Amino acid sequence: MSLYAERPPLPSDDKRWRIVNGTMRKHGYSRNALIETLHTVQSSFGYLDEPSIKFVAKSLRVPLSQAYGVVTFYHFFSLKPPGKHTCTVCLGTACYIKGSDKLVVETEKLLSIKAGQTTADGEVSFTTARCVGACGRAPVVLLDGELSGQVGVAELKAQLERWVRQ
Amino acid sequence: MNAEELQQLAAEARDERPQFDYEVNVCMGTGCLSQHSDRVKNALEKEAEISGRKCHVRRTGCMGLCAAGPMVLVEPAETRYGHVHEGDAQEIVASLGGDPVARLDPQLRGYFEGQKHVVLENSGHIDPEKIEEYIARDGYEALVKAVTEMSPGQVIEQIMKSGLRGRGGGGYPTGLKWDTVAKVKGAQKYVICNGDEGDPGAFMDRSVLESDPQRVIEGMAIAAYAIGAAKGYIYVRAEYPLAVQRLTVALQQARRRGLLGSGICETTFNFDIDIRLGAGAFVCGEETALIASIEGKRGTPRPRPPYPAVSGLWGAPTLINNVETFANVAPILRHGGEWFSSMGTARSKGTKVFALTGKIQRTGLVEVPMGMTLRQIIFGIGGGVPDGRKFKAVQTGGPSGGCLPEEHLDLSISYDALISAGSMMGSGGMIVMDDTSCMVSVARFFMEFCMTESCGKCVPCRAGTVQMYELLTRITKGVATHRDLDRLTDLCEVVGATSLCGLGQTAPNPVLSTLRYFRHEYLAHIDEKRCPAGVCEIGTGHPADSAEVTVAGEVHV
Repeated sequence: MSLYAERPPLPSDDKRWRIVNGTMRKHGYSRNALIETLHTVQSSFGYLDEPSIKFVAKSLRVPLSQAYGVVTFYHFFSLKPPGKHTCTVCLGTACYIKGSDKLVVETEKLLSIKAGQTTADGEVSFTTARCVGACGRAPVVLLDGELSGQVGVAELKAQLERWVRQ
Repeated sequence: MNAEELQQLAAEARDERPQFDYEVNVCMGTGCLSQHSDRVKNALEKEAEISGRKCHVRRTGCMGLCAAGPMVLVEPAETRYGHVHEGDAQEIVASLGGDPVARLDPQLRGYFEGQKHVVLENSGHIDPEKIEEYIARDGYEALVKAVTEMSPGQVIEQIMKSGLRGRGGGGYPTGLKWDTVAKVKGAQKYVICNGDEGDPGAFMDRSVLESDPQRVIEGMAIAAYAIGAAKGYIYVRAEYPLAVQRLTVALQQARRRGLLGSGICETTFNFDIDIRLGAGAFVCGEETALIASIEGKRGTPRPRPPYPAVSGLWGAPTLINNVETFANVAPILRHGGEWFSSMGTARSKGTKVFALTGKIQRTGLVEVPMGMTLRQIIFGIGGGVPDGRKFKAVQTGGPSGGCLPEEHLDLSISYDALISAGSMMGSGGMIVMDDTSCMVSVARFFMEFCMTESCGKCVPCRAGTVQMYELLTRITKGVATHRDLDRLTDLCEVVGATSLCGLGQTAPNPVLSTLRYFRHEYLAHIDEKRCPAGVCEIGTGHPADSAEVTVAGEVHV
């Protein structure tokens, strides 16, 4: 019996699963490729849902409990789909000293959600980051993944209002 | 590739340079790219073409002074421009060979004088995605020399002689670590580069990986030769996409040139490197947690001994060093251990890269010889505190370090001096605070960090950080008593003494150092219900002020 036969079928026809399979193949379907594979799933699909975690766990012969444990342990992995736009406020020390806590308060007020949540209409996700390493430009905000430095409250509010109004 | 081929390649790359009269380097590190330095580069290229001058526009890594981005460096005149925009391109190209554009020269010189670049010697001078440019600046000379002319023992001897100590925080002597791993018997050994720069407020490793990735690869290869490893891993944060991309390109180029792979320099030495992405867990900077993460597991630390040198990745002897430590290896072998140990203090040799941030005029990366004083760095190189505010404290060592007040500004920097002052070197974050920062809130900020980043494996760290955080919250809300302060001090001692790994053992440091130097601020919150910096909202009548906070099973109202 070949190991190949034990692998589960792709969850759907979505071409992105082939990219996921590619990562696992590159690592010879080794168990220690779990985190690498989850990275590929998240970068392809934007988040990790139950079917995808099950698929990866089964393909790599990792117990589902262990896979779920890894997903929930690392902050980088998200179990919820992101909104159409994402706003990430950096809360590293340099950004904190330069007042990024105020940016968080204003964003939460404007969007009526807490950090880690997405607006009800699925338009904007709001998250905080530990440090994106651009401390020279503090306070830093990532808008749709694009880094902006020395962000003021008014500037951030204007951008968020543009997204909300659309 | 052998020594002759390397020399030939270096000569070829150097020969290309005289074709150009001028070189215009544009910083394309994360900081400057966020200010659209890519557009500046395109504009400069266009202008250079129109003008018909022999001018080479080059993409480089970080030039250090992120506050003045986008930065441009014109060679051979060594003119540095800050805040350059697309519209300035024509003027810059027209000024080549003549007087610099005065409008764009915001006296950046003060920032670079007094610095000594070893780790950053190529940053801002080479294209990080061209291995030839690294080789032209003596890159890989050290690896070829080590592999073809030196025995592994001789390599370790040089590293020992240099007095290099781990740049990730602990300051363990690098030569001793290499020697230990080299002496352990094992068919398979590993070299790991720790690039999980989780310390908030520090970005040295990101900058080195983005600006000069080949230097780190060369350092790792030399280490592998010295200890007898054939496989290496670089563990990088997923939050650093540009560093990952440049590292990937660098690895491909090194393989293509035969500087990684099998039979390096026509010897029997084989070595290759894989990248592993971190996934946002501060605790993975701890070596045993990092190893667990590379194995695809949750990043939880385990008790030491056995140390990774004996039983590390998949149970094999493993050498783990920080990015900056590896970046120092090639220059040490090129110039000799004595050269390196001639810089610095008695027990801290060489230079150290610091990320100078917070309330300071010129934020960015600085590399200075060990032994320089905090005052020279903050007020000399960094230009002091802006907006006419007063300096209050400098935080070093991240969540494991401490805050040092004005009295300690004349402290000369070394591993031991910082520890005896109640802080630590850490990976090199240096965050300056002015009189608008409340030190209790800062301690609470770090405790919140340690609380959420605790992996949960051992009780003192998992539960202790929560209790300390809540006690600090009570103080910032003005509802704490002296008993709370005593309890906080006791907890600091217990958590520090009984936690499993460095995260928990050092978590009380920000509290202890602020208690030591800023006790009056704690007392003002408790006795006078007042925040001296005006940060904490005390007594504003919000219901939150009298919120119930559970401490050690008791309910306070």
